[in-house]
Amino acid sequence: MRTPLFLAICLAVAAAVYAAAVGVGNDYVFFAGYVILQYIVLSTAWNILGGYCGYVNFGSAAFFALGAYSTVATYKLIETQELPHVVPLPVLMLIGGVVSGIVGFGMGYLTLRLRGAFFAIATLALAVVLQTLIVNWDFVGGSRGAYVLRPEDLPLIGPYIRYLFLVMLLLAVAALVIARLIERSRLGYGFATIRDDELAAEASGVPTLRLKLIATTISGALMGMAGAPFPYYIGYLQPASTFGLDYAVNSIAMPLIGGTTSWVGPLIGTILLGSLQQIVTVTISSAVNLLVVGVILVAFVILAPNGIIGLVHHYWQRKPEDFVGRRHVETDAPGAVP
Amino acid sequence: MIFSFDLLINAVLSGILIGGFYAAVTAGVSLSFGILDIVNIAHPAFIILGSYVAYIVNTTLGVDPILTAVIMLPAFYVLGTGIYQVYYVSFEKRGQESLRGLAFFFGLLFITEVSLVLYFGVDYRYVEASYIGPTWHFGTIDMPLRILVPCVVSLLLIAVLQLVLSKTFIGRAIMAVAQDQLALRLMAVDPIRIKRIAFGISIATASLAGAFLIIIQPVEPSVGRDYIGRVFAICVLGGMSSLPGTVIAAMMIGIVESLTATFYGPSWAPAVSFGFLLLTLAVRPAGLLGR
Repeated sequence: MRTPLFLAICLAVAAAVYAAAVGVGNDYVFFAGYVILQYIVLSTAWNILGGYCGYVNFGSAAFFALGAYSTVATYKLIETQELPHVVPLPVLMLIGGVVSGIVGFGMGYLTLRLRGAFFAIATLALAVVLQTLIVNWDFVGGSRGAYVLRPEDLPLIGPYIRYLFLVMLLLAVAALVIARLIERSRLGYGFATIRDDELAAEASGVPTLRLKLIATTISGALMGMAGAPFPYYIGYLQPASTFGLDYAVNSIAMPLIGGTTSWVGPLIGTILLGSLQQIVTVTISSAVNLLVVGVILVAFVILAPNGIIGLVHHYWQRKPEDFVGRRHVETDAPGAVP
Repeated sequence: MIFSFDLLINAVLSGILIGGFYAAVTAGVSLSFGILDIVNIAHPAFIILGSYVAYIVNTTLGVDPILTAVIMLPAFYVLGTGIYQVYYVSFEKRGQESLRGLAFFFGLLFITEVSLVLYFGVDYRYVEASYIGPTWHFGTIDMPLRILVPCVVSLLLIAVLQLVLSKTFIGRAIMAVAQDQLALRLMAVDPIRIKRIAFGISIATASLAGAFLIIIQPVEPSVGRDYIGRVFAICVLGGMSSLPGTVIAAMMIGIVESLTATFYGPSWAPAVSFGFLLLTLAVRPAGLLGR
């Protein structure tokens, strides 16, 4: 399928989703749907680095929060300068994306030359440090948090939450199109070589460091863009919850459950896990909801390593080359005598 | 800025004491991440588990937390070998440890933390012991026993670990498994068994580290998260697999954190270890006493 056609289909689906949400007529649909859409962007962004390149990012919450806090900073700046106009949301998202993208680039530059595990640990620690910085930065509210007034209703669209929903819907479409484009381009093949065997890729002339930096930057920027509208959604932004571990665990769990090798995986994983979480949060409690995510994540990585896509491939399209082409030949121990 | 000499001495000293405790917290990671190459980011969660075990036994039976931890060592060892077995069969054997193995430990971290929250709530818990209240005074120097006792016991723990690793057959096999599995197999040693034992020991240290933690400060389930960055910073700075390096790095981080907390305020302290980690990764990835 050509990319313009894919984009058209995505937009058609998005339009249908929006029409259906309006059709329900209850604003709760928009509030719940926004969260799921936001996770589609986060998990797709995570997958560009984690799934395509094989580098695990535990700091999704940090990139997301950076986006959210760039919006707060812009908001406060305008408030203190007493400027009359409100910055349009797409501009805020652009700012959030640029800030997170730059941090992603810097992060990658410092750690990606080392083994993959160091990158994973550094991202974990990055969340702690950024949280410390935000907690100590009074301009954006510090540890007390910051209030952001949601703008008034818009003509044509109605309540502001519908506008937020619409914007996030378009961002989700953009993220999916970008992921699919990467997957089918030279860039995507380069990423795959890094994931499969970085040393061999390097030896055959693949510019691994440059590719990895491109991946961290794109992935970080998308996460920042997903975070930028968040202050308007939540109304009151506070460091402890914005840097919460649930963003980190969800954006890892969703692609791994869906399947990491294709753009469809994070989408499937997010829709399944995201809906399940909404149901569990409403019916039981939000703590149980996090436990469910943890258990499902562990169960999937042990029992279905290639996610739902892997399961589907396994049962419906049992092609012989799938088995011949499998890279990891089982041996009785790593480092066994060949 | 004018600061008092007493304050400086006390900050450095409390940094050294806290550093001793950090060494115990990191010893397990130096074993699993440094030697076995298993990125066990769930280690802090097991430490919190150790804290809660000490808490339960202490509040119900009144047993000393450190004694409890020593008694619980075999249980944590068995837990560790069990986890390694699952990890080996599901990830190492299939060659998928990098991405899914990491996600597995992240999931474990999450499950442990949320289970503790669901069962105990987010209230801070603490233990009772004779050495928690008093402080020794030497002139202007204060030495709270609450921190001194864990520091001494943890240095003892590391000394024992170091002896085991350098003198016993199993210990030498553990050091060897990191370097050359094939050579180990030629010596008729099963590398998987050695790794299982080593990972068991690494989780067993979490029992003691957990008891130290709850002696030093009140504990709630998410406290462990603060230790992830710190523990790996110490491990990398200490040269990954060297226990003496771990002790030195732990004390360095302890002193720097303590100075930061004293002179800039405690809210800045968490950023210190990350700064160290990035600096180490950028300047000297082999750590202080790296091979």
